[in-house]
Formats: sequence, C-alpha cells, structure tokens
Amino acid sequence: MSELFRTTAIIAKREFAAYFATPLAGVFLIVFMALTGAFAFYIGNFFERGQADLFPFFAYHPWLYLLLVPAVAMRLWAEERKTGTIELLMTLPISPWAAVLGKFLAAWAFIGVALALTFPIWITVNLLGNPDNGVILTGYLGSFLLAGAFLAIGAFVSALTKNQVIAFILAAIVCFLFLMSGVDLVQNGLRTWAPDVVADAVSSMSFLSHYQQIVRGVVTAQSIILFVSLIVFFLFANVIAVGEKKAA
Amino acid sequence: MDALVEADSLYKAFGPIVAVDGISLAVRPGEVLGFLGPNGAGKSTTMKMITGFLEPDRGSAKICGHDVQTEPLIAKRRLGYLPEGAPLYAEMTPRNFLSFIADIRGIDSQERAKRIGTAVERAGLDSVLDQRIETLSKGFKRRVGLAQAILHDPTVLIMDEPTDGLDPNQKHHVRKLIREMSAEKAIIVSTHILEEVEAVCTRSVIIDHGRIVADGTAEELMRRVPYHGAVTIRIPEATEQAVREALSGHGGITAIEIVNKAKGQTDLRALPNNGKAIVSEIAALLQEKGIKVNELFVERGKLDDVFREVTAGQEGASHE
Repeated sequence: MSELFRTTAIIAKREFAAYFATPLAGVFLIVFMALTGAFAFYIGNFFERGQADLFPFFAYHPWLYLLLVPAVAMRLWAEERKTGTIELLMTLPISPWAAVLGKFLAAWAFIGVALALTFPIWITVNLLGNPDNGVILTGYLGSFLLAGAFLAIGAFVSALTKNQVIAFILAAIVCFLFLMSGVDLVQNGLRTWAPDVVADAVSSMSFLSHYQQIVRGVVTAQSIILFVSLIVFFLFANVIAVGEKKAA
Repeated sequence: MDALVEADSLYKAFGPIVAVDGISLAVRPGEVLGFLGPNGAGKSTTMKMITGFLEPDRGSAKICGHDVQTEPLIAKRRLGYLPEGAPLYAEMTPRNFLSFIADIRGIDSQERAKRIGTAVERAGLDSVLDQRIETLSKGFKRRVGLAQAILHDPTVLIMDEPTDGLDPNQKHHVRKLIREMSAEKAIIVSTHILEEVEAVCTRSVIIDHGRIVADGTAEELMRRVPYHGAVTIRIPEATEQAVREALSGHGGITAIEIVNKAKGQTDLRALPNNGKAIVSEIAALLQEKGIKVNELFVERGKLDDVFREVTAGQEGASHE
C-alpha cells in the first residue's frame, strides 16, 4: 500500500510539472482568471446586485469547466498513447492504479491552483461587505468537487483514444450530459423510453442541482457521495480502459 | 544456470490478424539474443508480451522466474526495456527524466547519483543533460531511452531496435555498450540490421508471420545458405574454359556457376559437396595447371541470405 502511495506521488509530481513545462498552464490560468472574472462582474452583475456573496462568481463555474476541464484532461492518456510513452510508463514497476491516480491528482491539483488564484474576488467581497465566508468556502468546495468529477470523466475518455481533440469533444459531451441530467432537455428525451425510476435516478445525479445546493451552503452527504463515487467510478473505468486499450 | 527470460507459446491476435503464433524462447545469463524478422513479423508484439505491456491471448512470459502477468511488479523491477522508437517525455530534460525513473524504481538517494552517473556516462549523455528531450537529435533521444533502460542495472534487458536511426558511429557505440553489459545479463535485441546480429548477438532467432523459423548462432544459421563454404574465383575472361576443365575432375565440387562478368574478368563460384572445405584443393589444382587467378575467396554465406530464405513466404523474397 505504501508503495502505491509512493509511486502515485512520483507520477503526480511529474504530471503536475508537465503542465507547467508547456504554455498550457499559463494559457489555462489566464483564461480561467479572465473568464471567471468576466462572468462574475458582467453577466453575474456582481456589483449591481448589491449583495455581499459570491453567487455570481460560482454560478458560471459549471459552464467554464465544461470547456476548460476537458482541455486539462485530454492530454492525460491520449498523449501517452500517441507518443508511445504509455509503453514506457506501464512497463515500469508500478500498479496501473498509481498511474491513473497520479495523473488524476496532478490535474486536480492544477485546477485547485487555478481556483486558489481567484482569491482576489474573495478579498474584494470581504472589503465591500460582510459575506458569509462559510458559504463561500462551501462554494469553493463544490466547485472543486465538480471539477474533480469532470476531470475523472475527462481522464477516462482520454484513455480511450490517441486523439486529443476527440478526447476533448467526447469529454465535454459526457460532462454536459451529467451536468444537465436534471433539466428538461435531457429528461424529456429520457422519459419517452425509459421508466420513471431510471429517469428519476438520472435526474437525482444531476451535477448542476447538487452543485447549486453546495454553492448555496447546503452541503448534504448525498451531494458529496455523488461526486466522490462518480470520481471513484470513472477512475476504476480509467484503470480498465488503460489495461484494455494499450494494444491499439 | 536457469533461463532469465522464458516465453512459453505466446499467442496474440489483433482481431482477425494473428500477430504472434506460438513463440517460445529461453534466454540465459550471458546470452545476447538477436530477434530478427521482416517488418510486421511480430517482433515488437512478442517483446511487448515478454515485458508485460501486452497480455498474451495464450501462453506466458517470465522474467527471472516471475510471470509478468501474475507478478508484474517483481518481474518489472528486474527488467530494463527500451520500447520501439524510444518514446520519452518530450518536455523533460534527460536529467529530470532519469531522476523520475530513479524515483519510480525506488533507487535510494545514496545510490541514485552514482547510478544516474553511470547510465549517463555509458549512454554518452553528458553534453545534453539539461536540454529538453524534444530538442535533441534522434541519436541522443535513443541514448536517453537506453540510459533509462540500464539505469537500475537490470538483470534482463530488452531493446526494440536500439540502433534504428543512429549514424554508424552511434551504432558502433551502442553495440559496444551491449557487449560490455552482456556478461551476467540476459539481453534481447530486436533488429532488422543483420550485421548487428553478427556484431553483438550470441544467438539469433528469426521469426516470420508470428512463428520462429530459425534459431541458432549466426554461424549455424549461415550454414543454411546453399553456397556456404563455396569458393569464388576471379580470373581473366579468357581462362574460364581452362579453369572449368581443371576443376571438372574434382569430386568435392557439385557445380560451377558464373557469378559475374565485367571488365574482362569472370567470377566463378564452385559449390562444395556438403559444405566441405575445398579451397586449398582448388588452389592447388589451379596452380598445377599454371592458371593465373586474380582473387580467390571462401564464401561464408550472408545472414541476409539466410534471412531471405527463411522468411520468403508467399510475398516472395522482397521483404526488407
């Protein structure tokens, strides 16, 4: 077990550094800062609302993540398969779990950095009024969990293809479906053929409704379990996909 | 001593295409096995199964007695592997890359500097240690891959086309390196450069269509060439008839054929009966008749010809 942690940490360290070795990290961080700010201030009417909270800031994270998280995840495995380094990696004395977990954690930490760099908006709202910092904290937690779930999906999809563009598009679509599983667009399509139980189950997994609850400060075990179990599920799928698709 | 690498009836198919069809191998310490075959014969697939990267459909592979599928971590610790094309993390420098490999392999901090130093020296990487791998020439990239494979001084070293794309000096360097390391290790080298096999391998296996078609030392394999031991005689064109007459009575010669005619000279090849040594007798016969010979040499047979002969399947002899 300790060997798994040790090798996972080494993989994560390398992957994390790999983000910063290319312009990807800089571009991503700048775009993320710019867009979260723009959405919060212009579309979310951060100032005009006259309320000391970060709802306008968090409200647009799911849509940003839909675009940005698949971009972070797409290279994780597709690039290894394209360049052949997967053969190098998987013939090192490591468990496939170390590779899958290490890559996922590195990417999640990278998004964590991006999220942490939005701290000026937290300072701003505290200077302007007296926000409920507990709610802001759960907002960050919800945002980070949502990013993690998207990332697990994106990493899994990335293991299915050599092509990063395909990985990006597929991941964005799958994330979109999970995000929107509670809204009419998905539900109407589903209820025409699936029994209500299934439709309700799908609806209850909607990332968007759980996320919005957490951001409002309502952190239920259900929501946490949903995000965590989906992350675990997709990491499992990732391990299997890496084992199965090596050959092609 | 027991074999360090054992492959037992490996079989792998990709959809309808059978890539490897029942290959068994054993490589003992001190052996350098040359793994030959036309492109697409199943060399790389076999190596991927031996290293545990691909799971065979049937059969098994063991490194130092440990099955690569059921005890992958123990087996892979003893293994150094240079995959085909020497894939590397392009954004890293050789120094960072080798540190990463040393970390993963759990080489402790005291050993580490020494091990990395040795690998860097052996692969000749000093001058490029802090350059990004993506900016390196093909030869240097290959050497980084090699340094990675030998970093932990593995008992079993498997290299898929280690000299592909290198210039003659670099090839020579890599071959020297392989010979130096071969003493206690079991080494498998795949290649389609046949001179390489003669230069470094103690034994070679030729595969075609996923099956082993020949197995032996280079010398043993070359004996399979029909004109192994034949004598080629270069003479002035005018004396051809005299030579034929002089040799006609010799029982050890089965045939005399014309190899080449150019610039007033003729090359004749005398094929021996059962590969017997006939060169001294031929020389004596010709001298007796006072025939002037420009050149006289014994054909050893070329590995190229063995290769062509054993791998010439339905596509004919046009393989690379």
